[in-house]
This record gives sequence, C-alpha cells and structure tokens, in this order.
Amino acid sequence: MADTLMPEIVEAPPVEERRRAPRVGRTPTTYVLRFVATAYLFLLVAWPVSLVVTRTFDGGFASIQSLLEDPDTVVALQLSAYVAFFSVLINTLFGVGISLLLVRQQFPGKRVLNALLDIPLSVSPIVVGLALVLVYSGRNGWFGSALSSIGFQVIFSTPGIIMATTFVALPLMIREIVPVLEEIGIEQEQAAQSLGANAMQRFWRITLPSIKWGIVYGVVLTLARSLGEFGAVKVVSGNVLGQTRTATLVVEEKYLNFDQQGAYATAFLLAMVSVACIVVVAIIRPKNHA
Amino acid sequence: MSIEVRGLNKKFGDFVALEDVNVSIPTGQLTALLGPSGGGKSTLLRIIAGLEKGDSGTVNIEGVDATHLPAQKRNVGFVFQHYAVFKHMTVAKNVAFGLEIRKRPKDEIAHRVDELLKLVHLSQFSHRLPSQLSGGQRQRMALARALAVEPSVLLLDEPFGALDAKVRKELRDWLRRLHDDVHVTTVFVTHDQEEALEVADEIVVVNEGRVEQVGTPDELYDEPANDFVMSFLGEVTHLGGVSLRPHDIELDTRPRLAGGVEGTVSRMVRIGFEVRLTVLTVDGDEVSVVITRTHARSYGLEEGSTVWLTPADGATVIPRMVAAS
Amino acid sequence: MIWFSALVLIPLVAVVVTAIDGGWTVFWNTITNGQTMSAIKLTVFTAAGVTLVNVIMGPLIAWVLVRDRFWGKSVLEVMIDIPFALPTIVAGLVLLSLYGNADSPLGIDIANERPAVFLAFLFVTLPFVVRMVQPVLEELELDVEEAAASLGASRMTTFRRIILPSLTPAIAAGAALSFARGVSEYGSLVLLSGNLPFKTEVTSVRILSSIENDNVAAAAAVATVLLAISLAVIVLLDVLQRRVAARG
Repeated sequence: MADTLMPEIVEAPPVEERRRAPRVGRTPTTYVLRFVATAYLFLLVAWPVSLVVTRTFDGGFASIQSLLEDPDTVVALQLSAYVAFFSVLINTLFGVGISLLLVRQQFPGKRVLNALLDIPLSVSPIVVGLALVLVYSGRNGWFGSALSSIGFQVIFSTPGIIMATTFVALPLMIREIVPVLEEIGIEQEQAAQSLGANAMQRFWRITLPSIKWGIVYGVVLTLARSLGEFGAVKVVSGNVLGQTRTATLVVEEKYLNFDQQGAYATAFLLAMVSVACIVVVAIIRPKNHA
Repeated sequence: MSIEVRGLNKKFGDFVALEDVNVSIPTGQLTALLGPSGGGKSTLLRIIAGLEKGDSGTVNIEGVDATHLPAQKRNVGFVFQHYAVFKHMTVAKNVAFGLEIRKRPKDEIAHRVDELLKLVHLSQFSHRLPSQLSGGQRQRMALARALAVEPSVLLLDEPFGALDAKVRKELRDWLRRLHDDVHVTTVFVTHDQEEALEVADEIVVVNEGRVEQVGTPDELYDEPANDFVMSFLGEVTHLGGVSLRPHDIELDTRPRLAGGVEGTVSRMVRIGFEVRLTVLTVDGDEVSVVITRTHARSYGLEEGSTVWLTPADGATVIPRMVAAS
Repeated sequence: MIWFSALVLIPLVAVVVTAIDGGWTVFWNTITNGQTMSAIKLTVFTAAGVTLVNVIMGPLIAWVLVRDRFWGKSVLEVMIDIPFALPTIVAGLVLLSLYGNADSPLGIDIANERPAVFLAFLFVTLPFVVRMVQPVLEELELDVEEAAASLGASRMTTFRRIILPSLTPAIAAGAALSFARGVSEYGSLVLLSGNLPFKTEVTSVRILSSIENDNVAAAAAVATVLLAISLAVIVLLDVLQRRVAARG
C-alpha cells in the first residue's frame, strides 16, 4: 500500500469545549446566600460530625484500642466487612447485567422494572427486613421452611444479613451505570462488531472499559451503604452476640448500655470509612469528566 | 459484482424504510448512495453491513450469501458519521483493534498499524487519545481502523457529514485519491449531490425507500430517469411541457426561433459572472434562467424586458411530470 | 429478573399478602389503633415539614455550589454527601452529640423530644433536593438568563420566570425522594428520639416493635401503608423524570 499523496489537511485543533465561568458579579445577596448555606451545613453536618471525632479521642487512642481488643466488637467489624464485600460483589454483577438489560434491550414491562428498581431507596429498612423475614424465615416463611429443611438457614444468620444489605444498596450501582451506558450509545460496539468482535469481545474490550468509572463509583457508594445498613439488618439478624451482630448494631448496643466511649469509637470507625468513600468519589469524579 | 442486494424490504413500525430494493455494487469501484435524508440509504448501508436486519430479501457479498451472517463475520469495514472512535484507546490501539481480534502476531500488527497511520497522515498522533484529535483526524483514524482488517468492502455512512465545509471538501478529494491507491470496493452514503458527482464512479439514487436510478455521474446528469433524479442533481426549471436546467435555456429579445415562449423578466439577480432571471411567461409559468453577465449586458436586459425562451440544443430535457411543479 | 423477583418483589408481595390475610377490618383496625395512628401522623407530618425545609434550602445550597465561588466550597460539596454515606445509627449518634446531650456545646438538649425527629429527618434527607437540582442548574445556560436580562427582566423576574420553572421538576423529584426517605427513616431515630409512644415513636419503630412482639400481621399492615407511600412516590418520580427528559 503506497503512501497516498495528500496535501496536509489544515484544520483547527480541537477546541476544548469550555464551560463559561459562572458569573462572579457579587451582590450582597450572593454573600447572604453563601452564609446561609454554609451556616446551615455547619450546624447540621460539620459540627455534629466533628464532635464525634473529638469525643472519640477524649481519652487519646485508648478508646479505639480497647475497642479493637474486645473480641465481640472485632467479630462484628469482621462480619460487617464480610457482608459488605458480598453485597458489593452481588450488586456489581447484577447491577451491570440489569443496566445492560435496561439500556440495550426492549421488553414488555421495562418501564415498570425501571421504576421498581427505586423501591429500595424509598422503602423503610424495617419494611425490607420484615419482607425478607416473611419469605425466608425458617419457621414459617414462604420459602424459608423449604430452605431450612435442606439445612439452609437464611434469617437470623449471615445469608439473611447479606440479602438485606444487598436489597437496600441495590439501586446505587444501577443508577451509576445506566446514564453512562446511555451516553456512550451503541456506535462503538457496532464499530467493534464490524471489525470482527463477537459479543464477549465487545463486552470486555469496549463496553466494560467505557463504564469502568461508573462501576467504580457504584462500588464505592454500595460499599458505604452496605457497611452502614442498620434497620434491615436489625430485623433479619437476630442480633446474636459474636455471630450475627454487625458493627452498626454494636453502636446501638454500646450506647444503650451506657458505654458512650465505645459507641463513639465504633461510630467513628464507621464514619471514617463512609467519609473516605465519598472523598474518594469526590476526588476521582471531576478528573474523569475533564 | 461485489455486493448484490435482492428484493430487500425493511419497515420500522409503520414507516417503510426500504421497498423491494435491488442493487448491484461493482467490484473495486467507489459507489455513492445518494438521496435526501430519511430516504433509506443509511438503512440500506447498515443492512449490507449486518448492523440492521432486513425484513425480507437477500444480501450477497463477494459471492457469499451474507443475509443471515452476523456483522462480525461479514468482513466489511464500516465508517460511522460520528466516527464511533473507541474513546478509551489510543489512536494506534483503535487501528489495531480488528487485528487483535483476529489474533494476528504482535509484530505484524505493529507494522500494519504503522503503515496505515502513515497512509492517513496520523503517524505523529499514534499515542494520543481520540479526544485530542480534531473531527477530520478522528474520521481518518476511523477509516484506517476499518481498512486495517482488509475488508472485502468498505462502507461509509455520511463520513464527512459532521465536518465543516472546508475540511469536508479536502477529505472528499483525499478519499478519491485513497481509493485510487487501495482499490477496495467502497460504498458511501451522502445527501450531497456535489460530493457524489465529484467522487463516485457510480451513483445509486435512493428516495423514499426505492432505487430511482443507477449510473455514472455523467449518465445521471445527462439522462436522468425522472424528475426526482434530475431535480436532486441540480437546479431544475420548467419551460413549456418539459423540465430542464436553468442554464440550458436560450434567451433572445426577438422571437427569432420557432417555438419560443414569450415572457417578461420579473426579477434579475447578479451573482458574480452569472445573472439569474425569473421570467413570467405568457402561459403563466415562472421560469428560472441563468445566463452570463456579458450575455445579459449585450441584450440590455432589465426588469420588465420582454424576452423569448427556447431550450438550448443538446440540453437535457425530460417531459414534465404532472405531480411535480 | 429472577434474582430481582426473589430478592425484592416476592418479599414485598409477601408483606402485602400477610397484611390483608386477616381481612379488611383487621387491617383497618390495626392501622387506626391509637398508638399506630399517632406514629403514622407524626411520621407523615414531620416528613412533610422537613420536605418543605428542603424545598427551600436545597435549591439555595445548590445555587451556592454551582454559581458561587469561594474558598472551601469543595468541603461543602463533601458535606452534602455525608448524610447519605453515614450509617444511619451513626447519624443519630452524631446529632445526639450536639443537640441531645447534657454537655452539648450549644446547651440544647432535645433528645426524646419531637424536634429530635424533625432534626434526624432533616439530616438524612439533606442530599436529595440538592443533588437533584445541582445538575439541572449546571446545565442551565447563562445565555438564557442574559437574554432575559437583555429583554429588560430584573434579576428577581429572571429568577421567577426563567430559572425557577426549569428547576421545578428537579425540586419536585428531590422533594418526593426526601419525603419518602423521611417517612421510612429508622436508624437515626433509635438513639435520638427515645421512641416514646404517642410522642416520638415513628412508623418504622412501630413496625419493629410489632415484629419483636411476634405480631407479624400487625407489622405487615403498617408496613403496607409505608409501601403504598413509597410506591406513590416512585410513580410520581417516574412521571417527573419523564417531564425532565422531555424538557431536555
């Protein structure tokens, strides 16, 4: 193939689409609004959260240390991490699957499914717990009796906690991926197809890399939500010390038992993780959009 | 023949996109599918590529019945109007994609990518991401990517449609020269008759889901099959019972030739060397006439002048259809 | 689909079936029981009040985040998300430390009082309206506002006639979410409100105590009421999202 003679095509370099800087015309209103917003957030969020931190360290690192020496608490923390891991895993796999289904396929009932996916966001966690107990309880649940007769206990054990946690965190992954999928469209996949890529190759080489960041945000959000779930877990777990008690249940337990130091310390640990999660999201998100 | 389409039908709901389409695309040629937007030409191209399925009919590519082959098995190169670049891959990776899918040896791929990037003049950008390229550069990259797999046919869907006028014209010339070098059977969709006339060896005019005419640019221009083809390829006016081009009308200030139609100049616009006239004939028709400025001056024409109009000798003339006006 | 059914749909259907198992009268008697009714009323009215506050504060905060520029703005951004990410039980503890403690730095102690419920709802629903309005506000073109100004509109008029109408669907969607979240809140109240019957007991707590008393039918009945509210919100959201998309 010979080099085609071509006059160098002169074309303007791509112009960065730059969003116009917000109007910086400052009127007294601007300052009033700024003050009101800041003060509101300070009173509602910043101050209370910072107090938990200071309370935790009232006695230096002692409270955290004693917490980590308490075997029951350590087990609870481990259980929380374990549950969160599986919840993230399940929601990631099915989240990607359902998102692809919602965006790329047409089927009857799609709109209903789309709307129903928001249920876990607006239903009380207590109701979630109750619903799972009714169906999977070993004593009289719809499926629970059958499952327990083959020796599989869902409610009052780890699978139930994982189910409850997965339920409440379910929409987060999907709501992150769907807009990304919609935005990238199908042309890249069609181009790959015309170049000989089969469905698997298209998914691994084109689709997955394109929604990578959506999945990362989804994982972070799901993780934060899973670690922090309380109501639904409380109903399905039975709260058995050292077995089905998660970290959030420990916070309640300790506080009600007048172990304020312990409660604050555990709360601090949980808050650390969730704040770390959103800080991570806040840092990587703008970079990706640039 | 490289591509044979037989009895192809396609509906989107109630909308008939293609109706009993039969087309043969000759091997090694540059063929244009020309027609107005929404006329079905892109659908035809996408069905040939396997990105869309026809409701009935067959598609045959290089002697193989491709009707039921999925797109990835057809070995066609496809270039999209909006480039469809793989945003997360570098320019070189984009071009290498089809070869990697085919599991070619690494050094062969590297060599071929090099060669192709040179061909499309993007060698110095091989490690950039597509977002750092201009529109024209992205489209050249997409073209290299499609050529990399040595497709049996190359299909381009309005390839220059998203580019601005100047770049479009330059790329169009370049595509013609590229084709003269590479000789791969190429089909491109366009709604721009100038683009088709200038670049293509053969033009298929598609309108409202049907093929109106197939022929070389000259055939189409000189012997349009109907009013639609004639009007789509250039300006048309009506004189007496025929349709013809405004510059194919002879004008005189005296009734010198037999059959001349008398009329009054109602509007006169000068554009460079041309003068465009609107003549109101005694039959009540409005006829457009284009003459040179010199010509107009020699007759001393002005608005209100009485003139006689006759079709020029050798002009392309077709009987006027009743429906069209 | 099967997975979604097993995890979400079937359990929720089970709740409704259990609720109406005992017949309509039983269902009705359960939810009109004095203590339950008072819990439902408290929940709904407080959620409504909180939503109202969010409808005002949400767009205001979003406006500051989008249009204003000052040092520390990114910290505010992170603060918006904290209530969403923080475990609810921790949220309760957090609020308790400032507003419900004998040694509160503010000298405010509203633990076990009704304002505590309001405060908890306010905290957990903070992100919804802000996060719905923010992207819309970002998309809103300055050109349109400038066009309005060039046509002689004052800033107040521009805001009322141009900006507000484009934000309305987003505000409404955020309000719906925040109402739903408020109605269903549980975790943050456990420590903060004391769950005193007829006073600070909310619907979720009521359901939980029914469960703990092994009165599953009663729990399901009340849960059905909450489900109905959630469903209504979802339908409303779906309609609103379609409207937002149509405007796009």
